[in-house]
Amino acid sequence: MPLAAAHAAQINAGDTAWLLAATALVLLMTPGLALFYGGMVRTKSVLNMLMMSFVSIALVTVVWLACGYSLAFGDDIGGGLIGGLKHAGMAGLGPDSVQGTVPTLLFATFQLTFAIITAALISGAIADRVKFGAWLVFVPVWALLVYVPVTHWVWGPGGWIAHRLGALDFAGGLPVEITSGASGLALCLVLGPRLGFKKDAMRPHNLPMVMLGAGLLWFGWFGFNAGSALGANGLAAAAFLNTLAAGCTGLLGWLFVEQKRDGHPTTLGAASGAVAGLVAITPSCGSVSLLGALVVGLAAGVVCSYAVSWKFKLNYDDSLDVVGVHLVGGIIGTLLIGVFAEKAMTGSTEGLLYGGGLAQLGKQLVAVVVVAAYAFLVTYGIGKLLDKAMGFRASEEQEHKGLDLTVHAETAYDHGVLGHGAPVSSSVLSPTQKVKNHA
Amino acid sequence: MKLITAIVKPYRLDEVKTALQELGVHGLTVTEASGYGRQRGHTEVYRGAEYQVDLVPKVRIEVVVGDADSDAVIDAIVKAAQTGKIGDGKVWALPVETVVRVRTGERGPDAL
Repeated sequence: MPLAAAHAAQINAGDTAWLLAATALVLLMTPGLALFYGGMVRTKSVLNMLMMSFVSIALVTVVWLACGYSLAFGDDIGGGLIGGLKHAGMAGLGPDSVQGTVPTLLFATFQLTFAIITAALISGAIADRVKFGAWLVFVPVWALLVYVPVTHWVWGPGGWIAHRLGALDFAGGLPVEITSGASGLALCLVLGPRLGFKKDAMRPHNLPMVMLGAGLLWFGWFGFNAGSALGANGLAAAAFLNTLAAGCTGLLGWLFVEQKRDGHPTTLGAASGAVAGLVAITPSCGSVSLLGALVVGLAAGVVCSYAVSWKFKLNYDDSLDVVGVHLVGGIIGTLLIGVFAEKAMTGSTEGLLYGGGLAQLGKQLVAVVVVAAYAFLVTYGIGKLLDKAMGFRASEEQEHKGLDLTVHAETAYDHGVLGHGAPVSSSVLSPTQKVKNHA
Repeated sequence: MKLITAIVKPYRLDEVKTALQELGVHGLTVTEASGYGRQRGHTEVYRGAEYQVDLVPKVRIEVVVGDADSDAVIDAIVKAAQTGKIGDGKVWALPVETVVRVRTGERGPDAL
């Protein structure tokens, strides 16, 4: 995400219009993710899954405006590690503040939508077993200690990954995909597996919901990736096309593996493959050629379709495959920049395939290793501390009965008898005195 | 009187209902059921993880008839539900001591 020089303080209407739309698109990804995840869990905890994403929108927004934005994008206070608190509470920023060619407040909001979905992504690794109160504490703490610093390293003024190391990340392979994946792995290790992991059938309860969620994610991803050009320009168009291309080859790659390995192409495979391709093109959409994008998506679709089964061999219950799709896909996309980066896109950097040698690939590798290790270790620490302080895991009884009923006092579906739409339960469900009369 | 219980494939329900109506059977109760006999279940694959689904969806049809009609009703159900493939289900009959029509309080065969 190129940060234009601060002195060119002139708002461009076209750029601003596109970024306004892109910001709304990225925000829609989080409800999309909620549906994508919600369809994959069992009936008894689908509402809880949706809630973990929806509360992330609220929690991250508050913490971002309070100080997250300033720490991530404020002037560096040393070593390219973190920004200052100059803009805490959005102090000093108003309608006239300009970042590049767009209003600073818009830039800050666009960036906020990235922070939101990254926190929400982690919930997939720990589905069906989280104490809701602990999640409410975890999200803002995690956003400040993991998302914010990594974002500063990659996109902040003077951030060390961009400015000292020289690794590239256009739209968030490092801050979004790799941090969410590595953090998801850490948390599912802290919490332990769901009751019945590897024993009970935990099949997705609503695949049409998964497909709808994947569709919304893909739609929003155009804002995510093409919006990261921070302008309505040719680079945005190239990133847009690369995003479409990689999603398609990811989908085809995953289906191809399924047909060969399992004998059937599945809807869940199609949705997962598209998402894997989109994850991998996220860091690379602004630096690789179209050919590169096709290969990046295909590689992610094929590799991730195998990576999602590692959890059964290695015994970690990454319930909805945040590791297998986001960590692995993010690593693939971030590394392949070192292979497929093209001068026409980057301005100067070239990957291995275009005669740039191994130098860029090495920088990408360093960034991947440091960010993955940092996110994993800090998240593991936060998780352990929270577990000690307040308990991070729901009780066994809550998990058996389902979090929807035990935490939220709701159930997602009124199960009918033979499609008559007249559930048996409705005859025993009558309003109690506690029901307030709103008439 | 006899209680006839039939476990059949869900998509044969309409045929069974029609056959019973033609016989003059006035009422029946249908519930969703799951189970397995020789058919066993099937496997499903999600992100490469295979699940064995043992229980197969069926419908359970229950009808109470007079002793004299029992065989004809059983035959009608079997004929309507039969596909000749494994998993067609079962039909059985049990003696019923008494039946009461809730609305009128009629008892015995009059309540049918």
